[in-house]
Amino acid sequence: MIEIKNLTKSFGKNLIWKDVSFQINDGETIAIIGRSGSGKSVLLKHINALLCPDSGNVIIDGSDINALDYVSQRKLRQKFGILFQGSALFDSINTFENIAFPLRFFTDKSEEEIRDNVMEALKLVNLENAHDKETSELSGGMRKRVGLARAIILQPKYIMYDEPTSGLDPQTSEEINELIIRMADQFDVTSIVVTHDMHSVLSIADKVAFLDEQKLSWHGTINELKDSEQQSLKSFVTASEYQINSKKR
Amino acid sequence: MNAFGELGKYTSLLYQALRSSTEFSTYRKSFSHEMVKIGYDSVPIIMLTGFFTGSVMTIQSAYQLDSAFIPVSTIGAIVSESILIELAAVISSLVLAGKVGARLATELGTMRVTEQIDALESMGFNSISFLVVPRVFAGVLMFPVLYIVACITGIGGGILAGIATGAVPVSDFLAGARMYFAPYTLIFGFVKMFVFGFIITSISCYKGYYASGGAEGVGNSTTSATVLSCMIVLLADFLLAALLL
Repeated sequence: MIEIKNLTKSFGKNLIWKDVSFQINDGETIAIIGRSGSGKSVLLKHINALLCPDSGNVIIDGSDINALDYVSQRKLRQKFGILFQGSALFDSINTFENIAFPLRFFTDKSEEEIRDNVMEALKLVNLENAHDKETSELSGGMRKRVGLARAIILQPKYIMYDEPTSGLDPQTSEEINELIIRMADQFDVTSIVVTHDMHSVLSIADKVAFLDEQKLSWHGTINELKDSEQQSLKSFVTASEYQINSKKR
Repeated sequence: MNAFGELGKYTSLLYQALRSSTEFSTYRKSFSHEMVKIGYDSVPIIMLTGFFTGSVMTIQSAYQLDSAFIPVSTIGAIVSESILIELAAVISSLVLAGKVGARLATELGTMRVTEQIDALESMGFNSISFLVVPRVFAGVLMFPVLYIVACITGIGGGILAGIATGAVPVSDFLAGARMYFAPYTLIFGFVKMFVFGFIITSISCYKGYYASGGAEGVGNSTTSATVLSCMIVLLADFLLAALLL
């Protein structure tokens, strides 16, 4: 379980958000939504201590991640797999080596076992034939899927997705959404998805946290979201729905 | 950030890199890769730099010492001593600040802005130790090797220029070089390259690691890594000369 308590963050004099508090239960899929620049990705990076808050706590399975020493913090980070916005694949090595990378350093698996694990992960993301491709040869959607294969290779308890569908065509976005659902079901992981794509939110999320006006403006289940009368949330959802409907027309 | 702030951040990076260093096997692949990139790949440009430095030194010395009262072997002594004690180390290092330093800063800067460093951290790696340690150690080991290459090609270039222009016969050049040779000069050159290798690789890694702001940020970090490395190399050259000679 992840508990976020009274988190406040500024960059210099620029306040990103203050007193953000919510809880993510095991097995849930939560979507963190908000306008561009509302600090969604910044919040995501606080959850596994890639960034430190000005004040407040992030409690992961009972441990305050920012209060841990560096070695314990690194161990706790291994409970997380992250799919970064730009995929963050290592461009000096190929697809196979990108996925094998954590296995080589953090497990004692043999070369054969590593190969089996990597091919299995690639099969899960429907990219069995891309194992020998250089990362520069991959399309945007393929990069996301390879990033996801790398994120799950150590079988993390939590998977964080930073804008998983941004910059992708609708069909590929749909495939990524299906993968997120499949990962949550198949591995019983807790998923935290940062996005401003409401279509994606409605497809995958159990709960939603809405960042607006430098605070956590709204937090609730997907059904509560549909019935919510909160003005800023309604505007955000309505704008997104309008976009979706416009695309359909 | 002011100069003291930068110095503090740089020192902190080096401290974290060394404090968190794990077993050598973690770095083996990256270390050998960097040895090739920094050392082997720099041999052609160091040979070229050394050769022309020696050649020009010989021609200019011959021009300036054109006197019946000065033996031609003096040219060999001046050229070889200058190369061993100063030029092979400093000119090579300035060239390497451009070649090696710029590459390291760009590589790490790109990794920073494309979140590859965040990806390493999120997997549980100590990214500073993982990225900086093998690069700095490879630099510290390979710079003295490149110094030998620069010395050999520099003196070779001097000899060839002496033959080509007819200013100094080989035998006179070598006699002059042997007459004033002191082994300490060579040791001093190695010490310099060891220090310059550390300065260039560590400053470039520091600038790249903390790059921010996309392509422009990477460009800025590369420029400042190269300029700062050159300036600190010149300052260190002065300090080493004042302290060790």
